[in-house]
Amino acid sequence: MTTVARDPVAAADPAPAPPTRPAAGPSRHRYRAAAGFALGAALLFAVAPLLLSDFRLSLLAKYLCVAMVAVGIGLAWGRGGMLTLGQGVFFGLGGYAMAMHLKLADAGPGNMPDFMTLYGQLDELPLWWRPFASPWFALPATVLLPMAVAFVLGSLVFRRRVRGAYFAILSQALAAAMVILLIGQQGTTGGTNGLTDIRGFFGYDLNDPVNQRMVYFIIAGTLLALLALTRHLMQSRYGELLVAVRDSEERVRFLGYDPATVKVVAYVVAAGMAGLAGALFVPAVGIISPALIGIVPSIEFVIGVAVGGRATLLGPVLGAVAVAWARTALSERFPGTWTYLQGLLFVVVVAFLPGGLASLIGLVRRRDRERPDGEPGPGRWQRLRRRREVTS
Amino acid sequence: MGPGDASARARTHQQFGVRTVTVLIGQLFTGVSIGAVLLLIALGLALTFGQMGVINMAHGEFIMAGAYTTYVLQQVITAAGWSLLIALPVAFVVAGAMGVLLEILLIRRLYARPLDTLLVTWGVSLILQQLARDIFGSPNVQTRAPELLTGNVALPGGITVANNRLFILALAGGAVVALTLALRVTPLGRRIRAVVQNRDLAAVSGIPTARVDRATFFIGSGLAGIAGVALTLLGPIGPTMGTNLIIDAFLVVVVGGIGQLKGTVIVAFALGVLQASGEYLTTLSVAKVMVFIAIVAFLQWRPQGLFTLRTRSLA
Repeated sequence: MTTVARDPVAAADPAPAPPTRPAAGPSRHRYRAAAGFALGAALLFAVAPLLLSDFRLSLLAKYLCVAMVAVGIGLAWGRGGMLTLGQGVFFGLGGYAMAMHLKLADAGPGNMPDFMTLYGQLDELPLWWRPFASPWFALPATVLLPMAVAFVLGSLVFRRRVRGAYFAILSQALAAAMVILLIGQQGTTGGTNGLTDIRGFFGYDLNDPVNQRMVYFIIAGTLLALLALTRHLMQSRYGELLVAVRDSEERVRFLGYDPATVKVVAYVVAAGMAGLAGALFVPAVGIISPALIGIVPSIEFVIGVAVGGRATLLGPVLGAVAVAWARTALSERFPGTWTYLQGLLFVVVVAFLPGGLASLIGLVRRRDRERPDGEPGPGRWQRLRRRREVTS
Repeated sequence: MGPGDASARARTHQQFGVRTVTVLIGQLFTGVSIGAVLLLIALGLALTFGQMGVINMAHGEFIMAGAYTTYVLQQVITAAGWSLLIALPVAFVVAGAMGVLLEILLIRRLYARPLDTLLVTWGVSLILQQLARDIFGSPNVQTRAPELLTGNVALPGGITVANNRLFILALAGGAVVALTLALRVTPLGRRIRAVVQNRDLAAVSGIPTARVDRATFFIGSGLAGIAGVALTLLGPIGPTMGTNLIIDAFLVVVVGGIGQLKGTVIVAFALGVLQASGEYLTTLSVAKVMVFIAIVAFLQWRPQGLFTLRTRSLA
């Protein structure tokens, strides 16, 4: 055997195998990531507030909330292969938890939120609203409540090996049920209108542009933190395992891991991110309503991820912001055209560019990448095997 | 307390019993008629999902196409009864043709990526909805129901049953019988069953699987068109009428299992009755949540669905 050993089987070859990676590899990666992180922070914290008007900045704040949901979807779907069409549920749980607290804080202690007295069926605050008066309950609840729901549903579903399209349908049905429940319980949830007219944010007046700016900075900082967390997860052993479960769940099970646990973790993390996004969306926009979290918005969260590149770290963020921006720019002037364009985006990107725009960069850089679309195909293992057959 | 008192109490008990039975049967029938609509929609889905394993989100828009076909036909043929009768085969062909077109243009390329098919067909459904808005306008339109179907049938015991609901029930029953016969008896049905049971073996045996797939798509989408005709009897026709129906129909397929029609039939009616009784006991919104919880609980017991063809495959 004279060929260079590049695969593990030939590692026992007496010929000195050249190191597969330059020794500086990982740390160079880290420097690049840190540089990218600093660049992103500079863009979000310095350039955007300088260049954009107050109105545009508050729009950007809204887009960044959508981007947070997208980061979670990128983890669960792009890396974990779980197409979740119900992230609106978690976004909504976080949003409603935050809005309930802010409404109660607006009304003052002992008073009821305006809409409850408006519809006039209630004499006192419903029991399940009461804990939300305390920020010590409401703030953790914005993240923990969605995570708990995702944990219960994910555990039940993934342990029984319900997956693929079945899981997608179930997650979508959850979004449908949640919206119908919210609309049906109008007296305590605000019904179709949702919780509107949120004016204060922990003592700060949200109509003041300075405070709106503060909310923007909180959102931008949170997004960066979530990105750092996601990068850490993706590069950890857990991240490898998640991709392995995506590509071949059975093989991972035969190796002795429990794929259900791996999937539940990613799903729960994605739900927590969506909850946080919903919670920050409320002070940025001042409203949370069923129309923002139902079937249609839930699936619209996914398109940005697909456009940017589902299995990458930054792709979902950039894709989500780009799609949300295009939507605002186009739908104001040509609402019909935007719907066509959105439909085309789903068709063209998902069918013909499953790796998203990020894969265009990849195509230029190196041609033989693994298929990034999450379906098992002729990937790295097949190529390795082929190479082995050629060399032996 | 005299004897008269006791007999009066007995009478009220009896009346209460009769009323309970009446209510029960009435609710049962409401549930069955919800189930019939679900069944009409889910039959086509079960067919395509069972054979090709792809989720077609545009199925709801094929329902819409069937409904608008009825509307257009009624503009031409003003006799409501005749236009409805003619609409049934026409809607079948219109929706079926749309399905075949979708299969040829997009879905065929995506059989290896079922989850992506779901998103792609969602995009198609967005485009079709906007097309409907541009052609027919965003406000809902309405068809006139034929006179024969507007009344009620009174059953003994004070139970009334709406004629249009009976018609839809008969239509769903007819569709099941026709589909079962087609699958059992015709050469195409035999090929479809072969492909569903083992695609590779069928291909090796000389069955043109691609052509069979296309035929299945025609039938499945055509059934959505028929469902659309039926829905014109129940409510207005609008561009987004398919979106909400489609999810319940998918749940029927998920719970019913794929590859066999009986699962779809049983689960469609079961979900309909569950929904109706839940709605009667609580409210519509709580009933929806109850149905969802019941489905997740059911999947703990049978994650592969009620009936399924292959149980030994790993995937």
